[in-house]
Amino acid sequence: MGETGAKPGHDTLFDVEEMELALGPQHPSTHGVLRINLKIDGERILDSYPIIGYLHRGTEKLFELHPFFQNVPHTDRIDYVAAATNNLAYVGAVEKLTGITVPPRASYIRTILCELQRISSHLLWLATHAIDVGAMTPFFYCFREREQVLDLFEEYCGARLTLNCMRPGGLPFDLPVGWTDRCSAFIDKFPAKVAEYEGLLTNNRIWKKRTVGIGVLSKEQVLQYGITGPMLRGSGVDFDLRKATPYEAYDEVDFDVPVFPNGDTYDRYLVRMEEMRQSARIVRQCLAKLPDGEVMAKRPRVLKANKGAEAYFGIEGPKGEIGFYIVGNGTPNPDRCRVRAPSFYNLQVVPELAKDHLLSDLVAIIGTTDIVLGEVDR
Amino acid sequence: MDNVEANVLTTTYDKIFNWARRSAIWPMQFGLACCAIEMMAVLDPRHDMSRFGAEVFRASPRQSDLMIVAGTVTEKMAPIVRRLWDQMPDPKWAIAMGACATCGGPYRTYAVTQGVDRVIPVDVYVPGCPPRPEALLWGLLHLQRKIDRMTVAKQKAS
Repeated sequence: MGETGAKPGHDTLFDVEEMELALGPQHPSTHGVLRINLKIDGERILDSYPIIGYLHRGTEKLFELHPFFQNVPHTDRIDYVAAATNNLAYVGAVEKLTGITVPPRASYIRTILCELQRISSHLLWLATHAIDVGAMTPFFYCFREREQVLDLFEEYCGARLTLNCMRPGGLPFDLPVGWTDRCSAFIDKFPAKVAEYEGLLTNNRIWKKRTVGIGVLSKEQVLQYGITGPMLRGSGVDFDLRKATPYEAYDEVDFDVPVFPNGDTYDRYLVRMEEMRQSARIVRQCLAKLPDGEVMAKRPRVLKANKGAEAYFGIEGPKGEIGFYIVGNGTPNPDRCRVRAPSFYNLQVVPELAKDHLLSDLVAIIGTTDIVLGEVDR
Repeated sequence: MDNVEANVLTTTYDKIFNWARRSAIWPMQFGLACCAIEMMAVLDPRHDMSRFGAEVFRASPRQSDLMIVAGTVTEKMAPIVRRLWDQMPDPKWAIAMGACATCGGPYRTYAVTQGVDRVIPVDVYVPGCPPRPEALLWGLLHLQRKIDRMTVAKQKAS
């Protein structure tokens, strides 16, 4: 047994010493360009240090260089698998800063877009997470449905991924003719598809072996680290901004917030699966209640925020609380725009989770945190 | 030696080599940003990149022929992109996917390399932000046409 690698109570098969290993930035399962420096003993992780910044694009600085309206496309590219929720968080903050009220029809359509985005983001998460832990088939199943969601987006705003589908004051356009029918046709079919994915994974013995008891987060830990979203609810904390501080049309629809107690990778998987079902439920109700009227509020062509005025608006994105903090300076540009990106906060806990796990479990742990590096580095 | 190369006809060899190279391009599994999501979408049942023989994404640069630079190359990432490129065996090709990899895209900032062609040689530029999966397939087909024009005789080690 190696001098440094020996730990009491740990059986080593081979004579190994502590080793440093860099995982990434080019690694198939780091979900982009994350680098994790590991200190390992054989396959067991002693310590890990995530190194970020490989996708730092200076987005927050770019916000200062453009007027409020022109900044919406930049928000698409922060968390690029959940553009609609980023748009909403940003335009919500601008509306709060400048005191614009959104027409009810726009609120409903925004809610629909956000929930469709949550479905698409969770599908992408499931596809990649499943591949990471060795299940190939869910990738094809998930992308089959994800393409249908993207079709709906494309029909609405012309883009599949970077939607740019909201403006301060409302929406750029009304829904196309027949969109609601196609959306409800998809939503009606979707819960059966979730059951299909669950049929592949939920009781799958290999899946359970790879996820149950892996990366356990206690209730105290999630609160200490400021973790939000499915990771929070997978550890038994019942908190969802859609319920806690309802925005848009969320107080007018009926939905449940799934909470699971164990805080491991498997429970976080269950939370996200249930969230997809609840999203479908929200969309269905919104489509039924969709009011008529304008989709854009009366607002000046150039928005200006007073010097020193500040606003923070946070919403429940697919990964957690995504929020924008904007300070005005009397010009059409923001003075400062800070992004509260959930992935950044969720990533901090990875070293804590990875400790004493095997190297292959780290892959499952990175997958379960559902990080997007565009959002971590900005 | 130069004389020999200029005077030997390699028509049939070229056809076989180019056919083999074009029909099984193995891309490297290497995503940088938003475009990587669309790069994954070309593998899905709808777009199905394996129709063109390019679905075998390899996790290691040592096994790959094609580097799809999918996303923003930052100043911090650029040396690593170069290193991965150097690790790929010849013959190798590169597709710059999307506006960021082509020219920096919307990010004209201190942190972003203004185009991956400052770091590695690029064969095909695919426009879009991000390009649709069909656009990436177009880029791949374009690359295949480019490979068809290659010849064994003139090829020099890069």
